[in-house]
Amino acid sequence: MGTSLGRGGATTFQQDLQNADWIVIEGSDMAECHPVGFQWVMEAKARGAKVIHVDPRFTRTSAVADLHVPLRPGSDIAFLGGIINYVIQNEKYFRDYIVAYTNAPMLISEDFRDTEDLDGVFSGLDEEDRSYDFHTWMYEGVEVQAASGQRDQEYQDRANRGSQDNPSHGQGKSRQATSYEAGRGESHGSGGVKVGQGGERDDALQHPRCVFQILKRHYSRYTPEMVEQICGVPQEAFLEVCKTLADGAGPDRTGAFCYAVGWTQHTVGVQYIRAAAILQLLLGNIGRPGGGILALRGHASIQGSTDIPTLYNLLPGYIPMPHAHDDENLEAFLEGASTDKGYWGEMKAYTVSLLKAWWGPAATPENDFCFDYIPRLTGSHSTYETVMAQMDGSCKGYFIWGENPAVGSANAKMQRLGMANLDWLVVRDFSLIESATWWKDGPEIETGELTTEDIKTEVFFFPAAAHTEKNGSFTNTQRMLQWHHAAIEPYGSARSDLWFAYHLGRLIREKLTSPAEGCDDLDRPILDLTWDYPTEGSIAEPSAEAVLAEINGWDGDGQPLTSYEQLNEDGSTACGCWIYCGVYTNGVNQAARRKPAKEQNWVANEWGWAWPANRRILYNRASADPSGKPWSERKALVWWDEDNAEWTGHDIPDFARSKSPWHRPPPGARGAEALSGTDAFVMQADGKAWLFVPAGLTDGPLPTHYEPQDSPVPNLLYSQQRNPVRQVFSRKHNRYHPSPSEPGAQLFPYVITTYRLTEHHAAGGMSRWVPYLSELQPEMFCEVSPELASERNLEHNGWAMIVTARNVIEARVMVTDRIRPLRINGKVVHQIGLPYHWGANGYSTGDAANELAALSLDPNVHIQEVKAFSGDIRPGRRPRGPSRVALVEEYIRRAGIDGETGMEVRDGH
Amino acid sequence: MATEMNLLERGDVAASSGYESPPPRVGFFTDTSVCIGCKACEVACKEWNHVPEDGLNFTGMSYDNTEGLGADSWRHVAFIEQKVVGTDGSGQDGIRWLMASDVCKHCTHAACLDVCPTGSLFRTEFGTVVVQEDICNGCGYCISACPYGVIDQRHGDGRAWKCTLCYDRLSVGVEPACAKACPTDSIQFGPLEELRARAERRRDQLHRSGVIDARLYGESPDDGVGGDGAFFLLLDEPEVYGLPPDPIVTTRDLPAMYRRAGVAAAALVSVVVLGFGGARR
Repeated sequence: MGTSLGRGGATTFQQDLQNADWIVIEGSDMAECHPVGFQWVMEAKARGAKVIHVDPRFTRTSAVADLHVPLRPGSDIAFLGGIINYVIQNEKYFRDYIVAYTNAPMLISEDFRDTEDLDGVFSGLDEEDRSYDFHTWMYEGVEVQAASGQRDQEYQDRANRGSQDNPSHGQGKSRQATSYEAGRGESHGSGGVKVGQGGERDDALQHPRCVFQILKRHYSRYTPEMVEQICGVPQEAFLEVCKTLADGAGPDRTGAFCYAVGWTQHTVGVQYIRAAAILQLLLGNIGRPGGGILALRGHASIQGSTDIPTLYNLLPGYIPMPHAHDDENLEAFLEGASTDKGYWGEMKAYTVSLLKAWWGPAATPENDFCFDYIPRLTGSHSTYETVMAQMDGSCKGYFIWGENPAVGSANAKMQRLGMANLDWLVVRDFSLIESATWWKDGPEIETGELTTEDIKTEVFFFPAAAHTEKNGSFTNTQRMLQWHHAAIEPYGSARSDLWFAYHLGRLIREKLTSPAEGCDDLDRPILDLTWDYPTEGSIAEPSAEAVLAEINGWDGDGQPLTSYEQLNEDGSTACGCWIYCGVYTNGVNQAARRKPAKEQNWVANEWGWAWPANRRILYNRASADPSGKPWSERKALVWWDEDNAEWTGHDIPDFARSKSPWHRPPPGARGAEALSGTDAFVMQADGKAWLFVPAGLTDGPLPTHYEPQDSPVPNLLYSQQRNPVRQVFSRKHNRYHPSPSEPGAQLFPYVITTYRLTEHHAAGGMSRWVPYLSELQPEMFCEVSPELASERNLEHNGWAMIVTARNVIEARVMVTDRIRPLRINGKVVHQIGLPYHWGANGYSTGDAANELAALSLDPNVHIQEVKAFSGDIRPGRRPRGPSRVALVEEYIRRAGIDGETGMEVRDGH
Repeated sequence: MATEMNLLERGDVAASSGYESPPPRVGFFTDTSVCIGCKACEVACKEWNHVPEDGLNFTGMSYDNTEGLGADSWRHVAFIEQKVVGTDGSGQDGIRWLMASDVCKHCTHAACLDVCPTGSLFRTEFGTVVVQEDICNGCGYCISACPYGVIDQRHGDGRAWKCTLCYDRLSVGVEPACAKACPTDSIQFGPLEELRARAERRRDQLHRSGVIDARLYGESPDDGVGGDGAFFLLLDEPEVYGLPPDPIVTTRDLPAMYRRAGVAAAALVSVVVLGFGGARR
């Protein structure tokens, strides 16, 4: 969403779903995984909205939806592309909206070649480097730079513009490869992409090279017949979805999409969401009440953990992490990362204010505000590459907070083997989770692959405090910060994460030689930090509110800031996260506001605080037409008040308050000043939402259907089977399955999908130790159709083992009509459903589904493909001891799998 | 029959139990058409009332591993998978997944209360039926008396336990834990008269929108238990959900039985008396 719209967060909020005329829930089992927020879907339904659930399984969500459409896991782009095709072919798009607010009229470079031209790949593919050169995807005659996503793709182009005599830095695959490995940016970001001024457009949308026409051609073969063949969705059901959406669009009507990790966890995950963004833009559903795309986050503060990131490639507020480029300094960094137009044009102010928040008085203009203190990226350091670095011995230590990778991460065995090769491991959790005890009772101890005595890893376990025992904020699925107050002090030696981080930093600083005593320069970044948070109570708990105040930021007099528009690039302001600026306005914790819903309108701006600037529906300028009037009274949200010459409405306008709809920027304007009165997508470098992404994505400007890494089904649209630039790793414990056309593929004939149940949480650390939850879903089970049960002699309530080239697990068998065999291209394809909560520890136990999944990743955000892969199922319990490994090796041998299997870049050529 | 004695009278259950100007009778309306089966009611109930966890048992009965109401499960969400006629053009069957949160019905004519010899079971001022665990002697009469199979003896404890409709919460003006936790308002708490009116509107609305199977269960004061304090909107026959189709308060016939027994005893006595009298003669 970051690359399409400018910010990588839900465009709307859950309560606004009640205003939708239709809701499509796809890639999410919202009732199951977000039961509280689901009340607003039920509210919409009660008001007459049609609720559609598109999901491989019939779930708790399907049970209350008006329509359930089962589709094969891994085929959503074909399905969404089919709807896009229907909307375009039947001229059901919201023409005025897309001409005004999207890049539909923009002309693309003559050099661009589509997947239709190159049989499944775009122009610019470098097969050797497994990467794309995106230059041919550009607007005609304009340089573009992604403000989100792979924003650094053209860094070298621009940073080295002055050194054209050094071609090795400038063009070609070395630059691409660097960008690819480093995985710059994150599509969860807050930003747009850089474009130079100008560019040609055709508002009639007729030019063959305009985005709209390219889009039309790209999806022209995504017909109802093709959707039926690829997805297994009967045409009748597919057309019912198309008609519901198409008839529920335009000035008077809106509809919303809700998705979760059912879309993201694929080798083309980012493009799944892109497809939804394209569709919602064509229907004119972004920025309007009852519209939007709701990204449902799976944990209490996952949105927060990307805003103030735990991601290796981002700084707070989606500022990219700098690279270890030659001679990089703040100026070169900003040249490569900021944009000429839009709010990313102010990146220097955001970055300098961040540096001032971290290093205070030590950060001066003379030393680049301590920019050199920030560590640099040398490549991709995503969680999965970190695991491989552990196995290779280059990563020596590991902190695990609020994660249980031995259960919750793909290829759980590699997670454990990585940890077994560390010097030290710190685990902070409520309970002794599997990630803390694998060295004495993990699966590899039982199989003999590891021996406790031989493992050199020193493991530290620290009990963690619960949210009831600490102050702090959650940033929820709709970008809203809500404060929670500690009810009691933590039990026993349990401590909050804040306590642990603060006191660990304090102790490290105490152990280092002080600057006065002539410290090592390498220690300055730690010693110069402003690390002076006040502590409270008997356990010296750091003040969470003091941290919030720093995140919000202050001016030179120490007064709290109210808006990121106040941030300066001269070092006179400090701000720990620019998008959170305003959360501590007037020194008041805005996140702790709890004004009841019935005392304000449905937008409820006075409950908690949402970034950016407490706006609840993003891009809401688009809820009004170009002249500033609501598209319709029924769907009014914000509008231009001519008398007072300002934007006003039910929500806080996501637009400069006094910028008139008729404002046109003067030539040469930069940053926010360069946005016109109709540039509703204020983070984008051209102010427009992107149907076509000219820069910012590693795997193509348009979503294209590719099969999952391990799929029993050939790609029916192109001879290209898989995403050519997906991330794959040829490793002993990470073998892939043969392509469906190859011998051996028939050993893994079934489609596996993994998911969560309401009764448990993620990898189980918060639920499998709780008796009241464990009794509700007491054991690991698999869900299969009666037809598959009959085909494989599986007995209801009995045991089955599920096998891939990675591992074998066992599960109780649940035979249910809720899992339906799908007819794909004339053949029946069976599905196996696996909840992924279980592991060997705790009160409720079972094998972990993630033992089966491979490391095959989306190239943009490095997320694992665990929502669709292939495997086998057999009756009975799995073997114990070394024979467990032998069974998997036997499958690998029979299927003829080796280190080359499934590694192809280009298929059929 | 219902006029035989005041046991089956309609009217204010609390007042007829001796409360002076009691508050309005309260209860639950459980609208199963919006239940998403999240089981928050089950967990909230156990948390608030300290009901023990009662074992890990993978039943294979869809997502229902609770199985039924009992001493250790005062809310129970049933999951019923049904094949229905498919409508998507594939020629395959469709599926319907019914979910419903069951609970003690807090009957107008509560047999458990009638048969309790210790007075442990009593009618509250809110018209609900509650067990006082400190008086219960574990005789178990209430268990066989309940027409719904709700009240149950706790293993290793011996006493009878069931939903109190969160009597402690009602006493301080707070709604019961299950209703508070329900995210979709499937469980609605309030004055019974209001709930009945709301339920009828909801049923009619569903009928208008084509859900012709929607029906109310336990809402009628004319049924065999004089109406339930906790009643339901169902989407199928009650038996599908494990509910008795025509529950009757099991003590209904007791007065007649006692009367007949009394007549029989009197007759027996007179025969005996006559017999002895005759012998003396």
